Amino acid sequence: MPSTITPPEIDRHRISDGNNGHRPPTDKRTGGNGEGDGDNWNNRPRGHRGPHERISQARIGLFFALGGDLMFFVALISVFFVTKASGHFDAYDHFINQWLPTAIPSILWLNTIALLLSSVTAEIARRAMFRDVDAMDEWFGLGRPVSYRAALWLSATLALGILFLAGQWVAWDQLAAQHVFFRSNPSSHFFYLITITHAVHLFLGIVALIVALAALKFSRSLATRQVFVDTTVWYWHVMGALWIFLFLLLEFGQ
Amino acid sequence: MNPLPIPTNPGAPFMARLLRHEWVSAKLRHATHHRTIGFGYLLLSLVAVIIGALLSLIMRTHLAWPNWQLPLHGPILPEEYLALVTMHGTLMLFFVLTVAPQSGFGNLILPAQLGTRHMAFPRINAAGLYLTAFALVTLLAAFFVPGGAPIGGWTAYPPLSATPLAGPGQGFGMDLWLASIALFSIATTLNAINMLTTITNLRCEGLTWERLPLTVWGWFTAALLSILAFSVLLAAILLLFCDRHLHSGFFFPAQDLISGTLLQHRGDGSPLLWLHLFWFFGHPEVYIAILPGMGLTSMVIANFSRRRVFAYRLMIATTLLIGFLGILVWGHHMFVAGLNPFAGTAFSISTIAIALPAAAKVFSWLATTWGSRPRLATPMLFALGFVSLFITGGLTGPILAQPILDEYLHNTFFVVAHFHLIMAMAGVFGLFCATYYWAPLLFHRTLSEPLGKLHFWTTLLGAYSTFLPMHFTGLAAEPRHYSQLTGIAGPSAALLQSTLPLQRHITASAIFLVCAQLPFFLNLLLAWRRPANKDTNPWDATTMEWAPNAFNPHPIDQPSIVYRGPSHYADTGTEFLPQWSPVNTFNTEAE
Repeated sequence: MPSTITPPEIDRHRISDGNNGHRPPTDKRTGGNGEGDGDNWNNRPRGHRGPHERISQARIGLFFALGGDLMFFVALISVFFVTKASGHFDAYDHFINQWLPTAIPSILWLNTIALLLSSVTAEIARRAMFRDVDAMDEWFGLGRPVSYRAALWLSATLALGILFLAGQWVAWDQLAAQHVFFRSNPSSHFFYLITITHAVHLFLGIVALIVALAALKFSRSLATRQVFVDTTVWYWHVMGALWIFLFLLLEFGQ
Repeated sequence: MNPLPIPTNPGAPFMARLLRHEWVSAKLRHATHHRTIGFGYLLLSLVAVIIGALLSLIMRTHLAWPNWQLPLHGPILPEEYLALVTMHGTLMLFFVLTVAPQSGFGNLILPAQLGTRHMAFPRINAAGLYLTAFALVTLLAAFFVPGGAPIGGWTAYPPLSATPLAGPGQGFGMDLWLASIALFSIATTLNAINMLTTITNLRCEGLTWERLPLTVWGWFTAALLSILAFSVLLAAILLLFCDRHLHSGFFFPAQDLISGTLLQHRGDGSPLLWLHLFWFFGHPEVYIAILPGMGLTSMVIANFSRRRVFAYRLMIATTLLIGFLGILVWGHHMFVAGLNPFAGTAFSISTIAIALPAAAKVFSWLATTWGSRPRLATPMLFALGFVSLFITGGLTGPILAQPILDEYLHNTFFVVAHFHLIMAMAGVFGLFCATYYWAPLLFHRTLSEPLGKLHFWTTLLGAYSTFLPMHFTGLAAEPRHYSQLTGIAGPSAALLQSTLPLQRHITASAIFLVCAQLPFFLNLLLAWRRPANKDTNPWDATTMEWAPNAFNPHPIDQPSIVYRGPSHYADTGTEFLPQWSPVNTFNTEAE
């Protein structure tokens, strides 16, 4: 960020207290550092390079977490195909395969559209976090346009996400009305396993959205708000893309 | 510290105000400090290893003297023996060999070796520790529930793990086992995410990937494997849970007969499916256990031989290659389980391929120390012991990797001997090496050398004396998981009877091996009473954790800078260039 005033020495060299208070609303070490490099944060030691480093660390952590998470679904889907193909020979030497495809409630199409839309609103919210003009406004003390903009779109995402989960509930309800339960057939095991594990992940995403909204409201540091919103939205995107794949698998892969 | 009044900011929510409180934030910082967490993990694995070792002694005593009565308990029933096998394996594999090298020493040493002060996600890290502790308590609780501990082995093969009909312990005990391992999987994944992010993002100035110590490469590869493998285990546990409680049939074959009960209408599942899922986790798991030890061995041998690590880049490559191949070999646990023979051939080839990077590692260890005059301090002895056990245990690997040989050997004690030498003993030697080597950092005291050497030689003797003879009893067809070798009908009885003297020898050696750990604990206790070391780098080590104040940095210290790769020792004299030294005092080339 460009410099206006070089803060006094005692403010610039304040020992970090682990972000638990006593910290000015923005990083004050913005004036020249006396080394003639325009206080380029990249010249600072690792771990002290400002918001960009923080957000990249959070993203990388999320990337590894999602890598592991996707392996979870890879395992489930492998079992899906193995179970679909397996059977046994009966006493008359007939190959018996018990797999009866589960009819997918058509509300899942609507749910999918809701989830796709929620990814769009989430992306708008994420991009709103990085608008220089809004950040400058906040820097000058002219309100918190970043939070207002992002909170609006994030709330829309939250609403669409809850709509998706409600839609999934309706789908389970419809299946139950047709007496299709988890235990009914190998294919219904997978319908419920896949939709429920995905719904649990999406529920975690909704919790993350609520936390991000709380951060938008209460956190004073713009960098912190960016981290919360950015990681939440990336998680949301991955869960959306994963759902597209899982939905296509259930709709056409049985 | 005097608790200061909570700063009044009526707008801030209560939690935010509480967290801003000086005393609370200091406590939180302590609880999430990587050293607190690292010691916490080591404490957990110490508890686990003591219980696990005691269980193994009970098993051994029962095998050698079947009529022996356990004090306060009475005779050991076959199902109790199986429960001992299960809990011993689970405790040792998960809570000792995964927790101690990766989560324990990883948390303690990794940040200092990277020249940073903290892990990437301290709170997630702390959550991992508490989850692991909770998982351990859950597992141990299985001893005290109706039916007792599970009897399905640490691999929990269905269909016997999928129904309470299979025996005592397969009811509530098995559920607790599943819950414990599910928690453990989540905890290990959290820890791995934290370590991977720390290594990719928080290396200090100048610490390029090529300059990373091989210990860090070991932790990095093991963490990658953890991320890939434990998620699959979690999925498998979820499916097994469904089979147990939600009437699905993923792992039940059609018309399965268990304990006289015919299980109908449970689908066309396959126990082999569980084996695939489990060993896709299980084989990487054994590399998670051993890779940190391999990295440490490389660094310690170079340190005490005062040499550079032979073929450093190749050692990085072999670490990654072992990790990669480790994902592709799971089928070699299933040669006799009904695996397609063609698949067996493929898995056999990929398994034997691991001999290449493994042998490259052994040659590098030997070449590094060859012709040097190594300082045979205790850490070096344990590193050499690691190499020795790795070779002895490793040589039976290519034998067992061949389906035709494995068919005979798989369910015998030959396999038990193999994995105890290469994984359990080598892994434990890696842990001892780490403890003696890093003691000056962890306890600010060097451990006693005479006691350390006594510990090393007796442990080495005990390890070989316990596990080498198992090869012979295995070749004589001693089956695994048999609680009793006497009183069996048929011609095999005489064969098994003939191994009894050797059984008694193995049992005596196992007791000796456990007793050989007393000098170690004595050493730790005595070190407590000695004054602290003044010398911050007693081994003339070159890696960053030994830099002044690197392990225990003060907040206003300058950030660390790395100037070169590790283990730069002068060819001739006593000089060495640590990674943190800005000046090159060698007259020879720098890099």
